[in-house]
Amino acid sequence: MTRYSALALAREGLRGHRGWRPAWRKPDPKPAYDAVIIGGGGHGLATAYYLAKNHGVRRVAVLEKGWIGGGNTGRNTTVIRSNYFYPESVALYDLALRLYEGLSKELNYNVMLSQRGMLIAAHTPMQMEICARIANAMMLNGVDGSLMGPQEARARLPLLNDAPDARYQCLGGVWQGRAGIARHDAVAWGYARAASALGVDIVEGTTVTGISTTGARITGVETDRGPIACDRLGIAAAGATPGLVAPLGIRLPIHDYALQAFVSEPVKPMLDTVLLYLGTGTYVSQSDKGELVFGGGLDRVPTHGQRGNLPVQETIVSGLLEMFPAFGQLKLLRQWAGVVDVVPDSSPILGPAGPEGLFLNCGWGTGGFKAIPAGGWLLAHMLATGAHHEVSRPFDLTRFAEGRLIDEAAGSGIAH
Amino acid sequence: MQIFPCPFCGPRDETEFHFAAEAGKHRPEPAPEVTDTAWSDYLYGADAPKGRAREVWVHLTCGEFLLLTRDTVTREVLDAAALPGRGEAAT
Repeated sequence: MTRYSALALAREGLRGHRGWRPAWRKPDPKPAYDAVIIGGGGHGLATAYYLAKNHGVRRVAVLEKGWIGGGNTGRNTTVIRSNYFYPESVALYDLALRLYEGLSKELNYNVMLSQRGMLIAAHTPMQMEICARIANAMMLNGVDGSLMGPQEARARLPLLNDAPDARYQCLGGVWQGRAGIARHDAVAWGYARAASALGVDIVEGTTVTGISTTGARITGVETDRGPIACDRLGIAAAGATPGLVAPLGIRLPIHDYALQAFVSEPVKPMLDTVLLYLGTGTYVSQSDKGELVFGGGLDRVPTHGQRGNLPVQETIVSGLLEMFPAFGQLKLLRQWAGVVDVVPDSSPILGPAGPEGLFLNCGWGTGGFKAIPAGGWLLAHMLATGAHHEVSRPFDLTRFAEGRLIDEAAGSGIAH
Repeated sequence: MQIFPCPFCGPRDETEFHFAAEAGKHRPEPAPEVTDTAWSDYLYGADAPKGRAREVWVHLTCGEFLLLTRDTVTREVLDAAALPGRGEAAT
């Protein structure tokens, strides 16, 4: 693997950029691996990378039915934050945020992490009390949360609608300064490149058609390119997970919904933070290219189709214009949707399921992108050691039968 | 805007409807004999089928629950029916 650097860029610039090589290999699948991961999104690729890097397990394949990062990794609104409520959740999401903070160096790939801060804005005294509770919980859990007042919030959001007749008067909210955005494709590509360099086979365009077991143990997977043997299998396939494990008799507490996202035409810098407004349910940031990237609540129709419906689109766009009337001049560039795997307590499912050797990383619902490094780190730990990491243990599938849900309905930021 | 059929009111806007549950779930009884696993599967378990699905929805404006047969990929509604009466199985 050629290291990327300013020197390499200058050298290639003088040579007409003819020396760049593909960032990862495109191997055919081998008949057997030590570990196989289904799903070539951020979580699956990060799992493969940390298996090779942290645990020395290098005979690893990532099987992806489409192209890497073509699912929710390439469809989200790229927000990274750890402003959750429960200690278990903060431990999980802040592990991800800390790994993100060093990721560009770690992978030698610029994921363009921009820690521009995030405000969850409130417009009633009651919401401000809840914001104070969240900020206090964040501080108790050892992450950087604080309560922001109306003056500072308005100073950070100069275009925010503060007319006397505005429907939602901003009173401030919860602020996390380390939150921000990153380049989502670069996260997938960076992990793919680094994993490939460590010997991981990233096999795109290959669909898993079945999981083979001896009843009690995983023995491999069936694919449309033939069988692949393995005794450790990780699934990081988001909304496709229930269908993959159903033949094993495993029913998951997952409903699949579409979550929409929108991008406006690019304009000059006017919003240098991430904003989620409790009053409208719309959240927005401005990308480095100048586009507004925004979204809102789920489509409330269970679906596997990667497209959104019009009523939710109208709600989200009208929410944006209520917050920033000036944005009404902008044209929408793109609108799309991804299929998100929503769990009743809005927390992920991490851990073993069914036959020995099978581990799940799913149920991230609307918030999987921000957790990619942690999801990969933890699934790699489980595949390598066969046991939970202390951070992943609370998120085991058994929490539903044991009644110890980790209800992050508010922390997820999107009404489920 | 998609139009959903209500068996009682006819075709109406999708925003008037709310998804309740996958069809075919039966509350496990008698309660003292129900295991934690069976109860949590009843509360939370889902098939999340890709393609044809049978679901219980509620039409919020008339308050009636109904059975929808839908394609979860294309979002096409294939059939709408009243819930079966007491003692009849909803499948």
